Amino acid sequence: MASMPSIKSREIRIAPEVPINRTLRFWEGLDEGRVYASKCKGCGQLRFPPVADCPSCLSQEIEWVDISGEAEIETFTHVVAKPESFKQDRAYTIAIGKLKEGVKVLAWLVGFKMTDVKIGMKARLTARTTPEGTSTYQFVPP
Amino acid sequence: MKKVAIIGAGNSKFGNRNDVNVSELAFESVKPSLEDAELRARDIEYLALGTTGAGALYEEILPAVVVAEYCGFTEAGLIRCEAACASGSAAFFTAYSAIASGKVDLAIALGVEKMRQVDTSTTMEWMGRAGYYFWEFHNFGLTFPAYYALYANAHMAKYGTTEEDLALVAVKNHKYGLKNPIAHLQKEITLDDVMSSMVIASPLKLLDCCPITDGSASLILASEERVRDLGIDTPVWVAGIGYSSGTANLSRRQDYVGLEASVLAARRACRAAGITIDHIDLAEVHDCFTIAEIIAYEDIGLCKKGEGARLIREGQTEIGGKIPVNIDGGLKAKGHPIGTTGCSMIYELTKQLREEADERSRQVPLRKYVGLAHNVGGTGHYCYVTILKR
Ligand SMILES: [Zn+2]
Repeated sequence: MASMPSIKSREIRIAPEVPINRTLRFWEGLDEGRVYASKCKGCGQLRFPPVADCPSCLSQEIEWVDISGEAEIETFTHVVAKPESFKQDRAYTIAIGKLKEGVKVLAWLVGFKMTDVKIGMKARLTARTTPEGTSTYQFVPP
Repeated sequence: MKKVAIIGAGNSKFGNRNDVNVSELAFESVKPSLEDAELRARDIEYLALGTTGAGALYEEILPAVVVAEYCGFTEAGLIRCEAACASGSAAFFTAYSAIASGKVDLAIALGVEKMRQVDTSTTMEWMGRAGYYFWEFHNFGLTFPAYYALYANAHMAKYGTTEEDLALVAVKNHKYGLKNPIAHLQKEITLDDVMSSMVIASPLKLLDCCPITDGSASLILASEERVRDLGIDTPVWVAGIGYSSGTANLSRRQDYVGLEASVLAARRACRAAGITIDHIDLAEVHDCFTIAEIIAYEDIGLCKKGEGARLIREGQTEIGGKIPVNIDGGLKAKGHPIGTTGCSMIYELTKQLREEADERSRQVPLRKYVGLAHNVGGTGHYCYVTILKR
């Protein structure tokens, strides 16, 4: 930040409201303890994160598939230097896992000893509600 | 398509530049580039500006307009280009296209970035959002180092690349940064310095990461007719540009050991230039993190997949090696003012191809007078590869 002479700009607070109307079932599912992927009714493609529209066949009709949660970790990192809005969180582990169904998921990995986290290990994807009431999902020990 | 050449190049001092505002910083590279081309701002018909921090990292939300007025380009065609960390190359491509298409004869590609007017954790926040905010940042707080750390761990697991290999990239780039007067970090470092620096996102440590840097770079481009009319003695020609992109969600990528966008962009650039990769005398590659340089060696074809670490271990990417890479210090030591980087890579190639490297020991010996700039936006979200030939 400035140690040189400067004038502070006017402050602006930005927190856009992101519509979830078309993927609402996904978010409701998380609150019920389920993680859904979207499946295109036109071409059958399974997608995660879920999408309401299919870029392959242009169909706008999807169904929701309850996924098994069985995953294999493809990569991970322990994040020490955190961004401003995660400052209150403890250091966290981000992982990408490939689900049995073939789709991949990026999420926090919790419940493992840090030194035990390895590429190729098994984990389970579960729904989670944070203490602040945010619906999300995470990898946990199988 | 018309032939296009670079006829003027300028680069500001990189670093913590809170002594100047965004327009003043842009002026620092515009002035030498116009003087180099012996032109005035009003001669320029089209301006493409690469910058990403508008309204977020710095105060202006229409920086192209503000900078153009300040530097005397008002009335020229004007656009701001955003391709994350490849915005400078996207601006270069835009200015190049304006001339190649025959629309204009003189254009400027300008990159400017101010990253240090807000605190570090706010910068980390904005950079972390530079992927798919909603699916990968909102709940999971990815940071820019964390994105590349995911690639580093995967590359290490698959190919046996080590943390020491990564550190060697930092050591090399700092060595050359010390010889580059515009570089942000002017300090030689050792393997131990890197290995003992603080972990940012495992396995990446502080000295595996590029610094947070302010800076600008400017390139004046001209059509072949104008090069002749102006009597330019050492035009550096744009031989070919290639581009590609990758998925916003990292979870939709095939693997985490390479960037498909880089592979495609490099292949397309070589095809456009009518060369193979072994024709180039030197390369600027996108080393925002040490792992990114190793992956870039493999993706653009300087070596086979999985052999990038060997190239750095053997010193093959230093002057005197098989192919010198990032002889200006790279993003790692010169600094990475996001939207400026592409233009600054091309600035370095231009100086090298004209055999005007500021310090002679930093001049790469040239055989074919061909250089390549590989500029990645985000984590393989965008990629531009630009090939120049004198
Ligand atoms: Zn479909």
